[in-house]
Amino acid sequence: MAEQNTLSRRALLMKLGVLLNGLVAIILALPIVRFLFSSVTRGRSGAYRSWVSLGSVDQFPEGQTRFATFRNPYVMPTDGKTVDTPCWVRHVTGTQFQVFAINCAHLGCPVRWFPQSGLFFCPCHGGVYYRDGSRAAGPPERGMFEYPNRVQNGAVWILAGELPTPGA
Amino acid sequence: MNSIARIGQWFHHRLPLADSILEMVQHPVPRNTASWWYVFGSASIVVFVLQVVTGIMLALTYVPSAAEAWTSLQSLDHNVALGWFIRALHGWGSNFMVAIVLLHMVQVFLFGAYKYPRELTWVVGVFLLLMTLGMAFTGQIMRFDQDAYWGLGIGASVTSRVPFVGPALVEFLLGGPIIAGATLSRFFALHVFVIPALLIAFIGLHLLMVVKLGINEWPMPGRLVKKSTYESQYRELIKKEGIAFFPYAIWKDVVFAAIVITAIAACAAFFGPFGPSGEPDPTIIQTAPKPDYFFLWLYAILALLPPSLETPALFIGPAIVIAALLLLPFLFGEGEKSWRRRPMAVLSIVLLAISLATVTHLAGSAPWSPEMGAWSGQPVPQKFLQGRTALQRQGALVFQGKQCRNCHALDGKGGQRGPALDAVATRLTQDQLIRQVLQGRGNMPAYGNNLSPAETTALVAFLETLHPVGQRPARDASGVAGTADARPSPPTRR
Repeated sequence: MAEQNTLSRRALLMKLGVLLNGLVAIILALPIVRFLFSSVTRGRSGAYRSWVSLGSVDQFPEGQTRFATFRNPYVMPTDGKTVDTPCWVRHVTGTQFQVFAINCAHLGCPVRWFPQSGLFFCPCHGGVYYRDGSRAAGPPERGMFEYPNRVQNGAVWILAGELPTPGA
Repeated sequence: MNSIARIGQWFHHRLPLADSILEMVQHPVPRNTASWWYVFGSASIVVFVLQVVTGIMLALTYVPSAAEAWTSLQSLDHNVALGWFIRALHGWGSNFMVAIVLLHMVQVFLFGAYKYPRELTWVVGVFLLLMTLGMAFTGQIMRFDQDAYWGLGIGASVTSRVPFVGPALVEFLLGGPIIAGATLSRFFALHVFVIPALLIAFIGLHLLMVVKLGINEWPMPGRLVKKSTYESQYRELIKKEGIAFFPYAIWKDVVFAAIVITAIAACAAFFGPFGPSGEPDPTIIQTAPKPDYFFLWLYAILALLPPSLETPALFIGPAIVIAALLLLPFLFGEGEKSWRRRPMAVLSIVLLAISLATVTHLAGSAPWSPEMGAWSGQPVPQKFLQGRTALQRQGALVFQGKQCRNCHALDGKGGQRGPALDAVATRLTQDQLIRQVLQGRGNMPAYGNNLSPAETTALVAFLETLHPVGQRPARDASGVAGTADARPSPPTRR
């Protein structure tokens, strides 16, 4: 009888120990998982995007497409030059603009504008787009990524902050 | 007792490991496995140790920060004595490691070593291969140059296509909204802590299984593996012709390891380190990123697949390959081991090797990429201009000025994205040329909005001159329209 008692006492303590460790694991896991996925939760709530100025409207002559760069609105101290983001700005007419991401809608390579033929070419797999960003040829399944834009106080503003990808 | 033996005794008394180590290194192996075919596994470990050592050396100078990684590699290459050589050793070591691991796998596959009871050894080996490739991929990112930056962009684009969770997965992968400091930091953690730790653990497991289960015997054609009899047969074989791995079988491993390390050092010394290419500044867009050698096949496949098949192929393809590798020993765990009696096994290896070599070779020249500078850098060959009319020469100017040359070669120079146009007039009539230029088709954009009627007329006039001397250009079957060149020659009657 006494032996049985010690046995169950041991088993109980063991179970208690496991339970305690499980509890501690959960308490620790919560902040760890939260930390690990912080970039995802922040992105899902749209906290990365904000309006950025590309500079005065005068830099972008009407009817032309020009190269522009902006500093990504979300910056960390170790980012270096990676936050300097390029884009293509097409001044359609008046206050009507189209601002295209540099990234090809196929696999994200930097597309280049050729004013002579009025086309964007991707150097990687030969994706081609017309001046309005619509798909012209090659592997991309859609047109170029476009930033929402507005003209305010004589400057062009775009809503940017995230790397545009075909799945987004 | 001399002093060395006494020190040995002292340690043995407090750290009784000697017996286990002796058991390990002296484990018996069948005499005929002391072969040059059995050296790839040990060579992989030797190269791995080299990678760990040179990796630690590099970490003494390297700074895993997006702002400084590239500059720290510059100072490794140019300011630190022999920093370039350590970088080169690490880079070439990575190439050799992937190659030797693959060779090891092919040998194990052809010798039937994955069969009973070594199924789990094979499965662990498959994970070791995946980790090795993971190290090669993350290592490329450590260079943090233009190729690494845009390569990450490609990785993000591919990841984003995962159904439902794609965009969230991209943010997880990048550690933020864009490719930046956090991205490099997490790939650094993977490359330096996570994957190496897993590699070491799995290598230990892999080795333990090899020692405990015994090395695969040399396969004899006709000697079939049966679960009921294999182990007793193997024990008998060991009893009859077993030799201690150390010192009787190991010397070939040692010699091969020395050859491999010498080869790596020679490549490092002669060819130097890989990259870094340009600075990781996204605003420098004059770049055409290309992956390192061992991922060129993937680059080629992404370019060659029809767009609609890309997404399924990207996710289902690798899943099928990995599943097939993992299931192999369970589906074919018994039976013939010798490659002499397994023609399908030999055939699949040959097929795989040829396919990989072909797409890798193709990726070297990347004919699917437009040549972005051809329109301004490659003049129209003289022979296509001599004796031409003013209109035709004007057309040649349009041809260059509208960047046609970026995709279409003349005289072997220019892009290869589209067909070469040296003899286009023999394939297309005037009407067809006009239609193709204005409306485009397939992989060619429509130029209708970007060419004036005068430019179109001139361009087509030039294109119509592109046919070999003595070969008539294509004509409309109705025979009425004809082309500029065909006009003087009326239909002949015999």
